[in-house]
Amino acid sequence: MNSPQIEIQLIAAVVAIACAIPGVFLVLRKMALISDAISHSILPGIVLGFFITHDLNSPLLIVLAALTGVITVILVEAIQKTGLVKEDTAIGLVFPALFSIGVILIAKNANDVHLDVDAVLLGELAFAPFDRLMLFGADVGPKSLWIMGTILLITVMLLLLFFKELKVSTFDAGLSSAMGISPIVMHYGLMSISSITVVGAFDAVGAILVVALMIAPAATAYLLTSDLKKMLLLSIVFGVFAAIGGYWLANILDASISGSMTTVLGFVFLMVYLFAPRKGLISVLYRQKQQRIEVSLITFLLHLNNHNEERERHINHLQEHINWQRVRSKTVLELAQKNNMITISNNIVSLTQKGDNFTTLALEYIITNKDEKIESMKDDFFLFRG
Amino acid sequence: MTITEYFYLLWNDYTLRTITLGTAVLGAICGMLGSFAVLRKQSLLGDAISHAALPGIALAFLITGAKDSNILLLGALVSGLIGTFWIRGMTKKTHLKSDTALGLVLSLFFGFGMLLLTFIQKQPNANQAGLDKYLFGQAATLVEKDVQLMIIVTAICLFVLLLFWKEFKIMLFDAEYTKTLGFNTRFIDILITFFIVLAICLGLQTVGVVLMSAMLLAPAAAARQWTNSLGTMIFLAALFGIFSGVVGTAISATQNNLSTGPVIVLVAAVFVLFSFIFSPGRGLLFREIRFRKNRRDLQLKKTLQLMYGIAKTHDTISHPHAIKILNNFHGFTIGTLKKLEEKQWISIDGRQWAMTQKGFEEAENLYNQQKPNE
Repeated sequence: MNSPQIEIQLIAAVVAIACAIPGVFLVLRKMALISDAISHSILPGIVLGFFITHDLNSPLLIVLAALTGVITVILVEAIQKTGLVKEDTAIGLVFPALFSIGVILIAKNANDVHLDVDAVLLGELAFAPFDRLMLFGADVGPKSLWIMGTILLITVMLLLLFFKELKVSTFDAGLSSAMGISPIVMHYGLMSISSITVVGAFDAVGAILVVALMIAPAATAYLLTSDLKKMLLLSIVFGVFAAIGGYWLANILDASISGSMTTVLGFVFLMVYLFAPRKGLISVLYRQKQQRIEVSLITFLLHLNNHNEERERHINHLQEHINWQRVRSKTVLELAQKNNMITISNNIVSLTQKGDNFTTLALEYIITNKDEKIESMKDDFFLFRG
Repeated sequence: MTITEYFYLLWNDYTLRTITLGTAVLGAICGMLGSFAVLRKQSLLGDAISHAALPGIALAFLITGAKDSNILLLGALVSGLIGTFWIRGMTKKTHLKSDTALGLVLSLFFGFGMLLLTFIQKQPNANQAGLDKYLFGQAATLVEKDVQLMIIVTAICLFVLLLFWKEFKIMLFDAEYTKTLGFNTRFIDILITFFIVLAICLGLQTVGVVLMSAMLLAPAAAARQWTNSLGTMIFLAALFGIFSGVVGTAISATQNNLSTGPVIVLVAAVFVLFSFIFSPGRGLLFREIRFRKNRRDLQLKKTLQLMYGIAKTHDTISHPHAIKILNNFHGFTIGTLKKLEEKQWISIDGRQWAMTQKGFEEAENLYNQQKPNE
């Protein structure tokens, strides 16, 4: 590994961490798409800033562009407040308009400006190490590493200082204002940090990847934990993993680094989405299937409880009465038998004592809908293990 | 080129005619289907799908090696549909909210698409130049075949819309009720989503990934302000879409260095802004005017009420009183006094006012809500 390679990975990792932290709060506050809006609408800010400073890495440009980001949020909220359109429509209206203005500004001045839309939207990490920061004539490292490092430092500091406030205002805005913590200040603080992060990161990784780096690690972590601290930690881990893994994938495929970082992120998310222990797709589907069988079982037992006539309790009759498929009736019958709830003799099904007790309790629960009725059953029976 | 030249060329120049027709048809179909997207609260679906279509385009190119726009469109459609259903699955099966799901599909698919595009660019046989036109859109690359396809799709879409009009409409406003009526809601849902995705994919080549969402939303959002009827809204949205397309193309054709997509979007944004402010029913301007009028009315009545209180204590209603005894706290100004006189509720004589019979009755009935005539 040579030194630009290490530097690229370092920049990627720093960007990933800096994005993951505000990303967690955006996802929790259901404002994930604001990051998408900001990442596009900063374009006119960047263009104007560039006209003034003629330097893509100047701090003034970052401030100007971040300001555009905050203006986007304010505009979106202003449109929402009029009540003329639904909230997400407001987002969808504002950012393409601002982006268009940016594109037209670039196109109109394309001849004397070294800036194109591709670069803003897609970014190129591979060139980042070649733009060095010179301090007192000495080379102290790539410029974007310094910029993102500073942003990360500020973000982490603010996070540590205002962790409690952020947490309260994220989960319960009413409580936080009752406690004297203004949710509005927190909101705009978060928006400003997000804007600054997006602007700082765009020229390294591009506007779209910024969105991926903000949302995907947070969403992945959210599928694995419900603890805010763990979620922050996990999303940082996922972000850094994707940054470094993505770099090497790009190396192998000889393709865009930001594209392959996103692909790694997507792969990690897909895996967690499918296999997460409690909230993953497979475990959700499995649980739903079980619940369906369990509900069927209760229906079946109640049916038995209702009918004493032998005709109603004949195996074949069950199938036509409750209107189940053959396989399903068989599963339910076997399940009930395995749990000693029923006995079958001469194709006539009858409840055992255990089954009878169970049904009575279940019936009582259904009628009263009070949890304490089944509290004692939870250990005995598989049904309510939740 | 000036605007008049443009319209002259419109009849003679093949390219210009094709492009204008293309953007107009695109505007129409986007307006139509966008109405559904907006009303179904799926406004940002367009944004997510247009990004999600990118890997489909790249994969279609990788597999077939051809740059035929129909095949690329098919790839975009498939990948867009996968994205849509993944979004739906995510919000249904996990606790991730729709905004997160949209953002995820948008950025992850797009990133993967970028990976594929850069991968294609490094391939030795690359005749890939032009694939990235899908990123920002180039109306100039439209050929007659593309426009024909657009017209066919629009016609099919219109036909399906009319065929399933009742179902779409009832589904839009009360999905649960639709289910209880025995309609196959899942089928209707998939049908309308399919057409929305199709419209988005059609538009990619013209306005590009980023601006496609505005193409879908803006005409519908503007149309929504003028009417409360679904049919009128769809018609208006299509009309706004066509106008944005044509005017946007005209402006960008008459200027140097202006790509069509952004101009169309900005024209559509102007439509939206105009509708927000000037629409008679919901617009901000008329709302403010109504608000002011109500406030003034209320102040007038407040003054009248005070006068009523004074007049009631005298034997005759028309007993004159000094204006001095009224004060600002009761909404009294010279203006309101004049207004009251105009309405013949009071009569003013020099520095004194007296209540009329009409004014007395009006004040008497002020708090009586059961009054039949108002």
